[in-house]
Amino acid sequence: MTKNKFKLIKSYSIEKDHLLKMYFDMLKIRDFENAITDVYSRGLMNGLAHLYIGEEAIATGVCANITSKDYAVSTHRGHGHLIAQGADLKKMMAEVLGRKTGYCKGKGGSMHIMDASKGILGAIGIVGAGIPIATGVAYSAKYRGTDQVAVSFFGDAASNQGTFHESINMAAAWKLPVVYVCENNLFGISVDLRKVTGNPNIADRAFGYGIPGVAVDGNDVMEVYRVTQEAFARARKGEGPTLIECKTYRQKGHHVGDPGKIYRLKQELEAWKKRDPIKTFKARLIEEKLATEEELKNLEEEAKQLVKTAVQFAEDSPFPEPEEALEDLFYTMEGGKE
Amino acid sequence: MTKLKKVTYSQAICEAIDEEMARDKNVLILGEDVGILGGNFKTAVGLYEKYGDLRVKDTPISENGFMGMSLGMALTGLRPIIEIMFTDFLLLASDQLLNQIAKIRYMSGGQAKVPLTVRTTIGAGRSSAAQHSQSLHAIMCHVPGLKVVVPSSAADAKGLLKTAIREDNPVVFIEHKMEYNNEYEIPEGEYTIPFGKANILREGMDITVIATSNLALKAVKAAEELAKEGIDVEVIDPRTLIPLDRETMIASIKKTGRVFFADEGYERSNIVAEIMMDLMPDIFYYLDNPPERLCLPNVPVPFSPALEFPLIPDQEKLYKRIKKIFKN
Repeated sequence: MTKNKFKLIKSYSIEKDHLLKMYFDMLKIRDFENAITDVYSRGLMNGLAHLYIGEEAIATGVCANITSKDYAVSTHRGHGHLIAQGADLKKMMAEVLGRKTGYCKGKGGSMHIMDASKGILGAIGIVGAGIPIATGVAYSAKYRGTDQVAVSFFGDAASNQGTFHESINMAAAWKLPVVYVCENNLFGISVDLRKVTGNPNIADRAFGYGIPGVAVDGNDVMEVYRVTQEAFARARKGEGPTLIECKTYRQKGHHVGDPGKIYRLKQELEAWKKRDPIKTFKARLIEEKLATEEELKNLEEEAKQLVKTAVQFAEDSPFPEPEEALEDLFYTMEGGKE
Repeated sequence: MTKLKKVTYSQAICEAIDEEMARDKNVLILGEDVGILGGNFKTAVGLYEKYGDLRVKDTPISENGFMGMSLGMALTGLRPIIEIMFTDFLLLASDQLLNQIAKIRYMSGGQAKVPLTVRTTIGAGRSSAAQHSQSLHAIMCHVPGLKVVVPSSAADAKGLLKTAIREDNPVVFIEHKMEYNNEYEIPEGEYTIPFGKANILREGMDITVIATSNLALKAVKAAEELAKEGIDVEVIDPRTLIPLDRETMIASIKKTGRVFFADEGYERSNIVAEIMMDLMPDIFYYLDNPPERLCLPNVPVPFSPALEFPLIPDQEKLYKRIKKIFKN
């Protein structure tokens, strides 16, 4: 683990509004994920949800660079990516609870939330499978002569899938406008990356593809923001892909309900918790007098309220009718039944 | 009367792609050797020169990678055509095809639109052994979310491929590799053939033969021979497996009272078993004989022609099997 000191926020050229929005986005993600634990324990949620707690700085720092014309492809641990891109918390929570009012009308659930209208082209439940999809989006952006950028989020475990190699190789060969964001939280379910990977520094692999690779403290939203900004600039200029490795840690188990204890060291978890991305960012904002305690507290209250409203909306929403299970398979004029 | 012209099956495929690329700038083709080589089976000849590197893209040997890329393209307004040289290679891309492409529209509650065409080949008979000879279209039919097309003649191949490229859903378009060099008459000019409409290739009163891909053409030849024996065979080419034209088949079987299926896939879990079961509630009381099928025996395709040809369903085997039904 890197035990670096944070650079002054003031050394980054970024507006206060922007900083506060990043803080707010991180809070929304954290509160949303805590609410998931709550609805799960109250027996309102079926199936699985993979929590993003501890990794909020990555989605937030990356997505702070995404404009409405850009695209991202997410993962099974995707709530953070969606929230940071402005997805509707009500429709997200309704989807998690399997309701008709959810983003996918109850057909996708936690792992597959998509908001096509915001350029969030799906959360993909197979590890590593989103990487080629994002790469194809980047090809499309280039093909259509736009300056759009595609972001591909994936975890450390996905970097050992063939799709990682196949996709980055093609993006490098064809200089595609794609930013590969590896969220290295060190564990694929219970398996420690360091036990199954010759070189656990994922960013080093970029050298082999002839593209820039940069490792960054994934718990430092400012650093994530900065390196992504550079990667976006390269992509928009037609200079091709960048591989960003964000070193971070999953503060919870693999999914809600997994205590995440037996396969990792307590000291390691505790050390990372001390470097919690939200707590540290808050302390820095106050220390550098970029925001007052009260301003931040208001944002905290607002985020909590938003999540509360989302949960209420989801709980009050109807379930889909059983016959809806046969709809939406194909694009047709008549509801998409086969 | 439509004017006809003579082309090879390869040329018919090429024409369909060329016409659709000229018609819609969002149509592009990706695959191994589709560029300078013009396709391993000469189905993209001249396209690279005409449309350039961005629209006719030679890929590395990364089937799952470029299959997944095609989904990203389709989600953002393009209409990619992916060429996978053999269905055997399609297995490498099966996650992207079967878990992503086939499912993303459904998983997203209908938000995603996926207009893409995967072209691939089936068929034994080239001494290509076990990994370049399989006919795995049944797998593509098993997983919901794909349309599956198995054209027989060059004329059908062209018209159906143009429909596939214009279709707003993922289509797996399966060509028979033994047909590429065969010459056929096809209509002059542009035309399309709709999905879900079977083709009655020969009318007959005694038995219905439902045969897929080029076995439909072989069945017609076998039927001509059987006619000399007094057996009047009706041959139906389903043309698309998904969607399936049940009505045409049911009407035919009700008329003839007998049905025989032929498909080059392995016999076990062959798609014709599914078709038969699908039709059964509607045909059961009209049948005079138990339904039968001719498929590839349940072994990998062997290399030596001395081993390979005796296994492959063909005109001769169809003739013998159908004749036997009428001997009993």
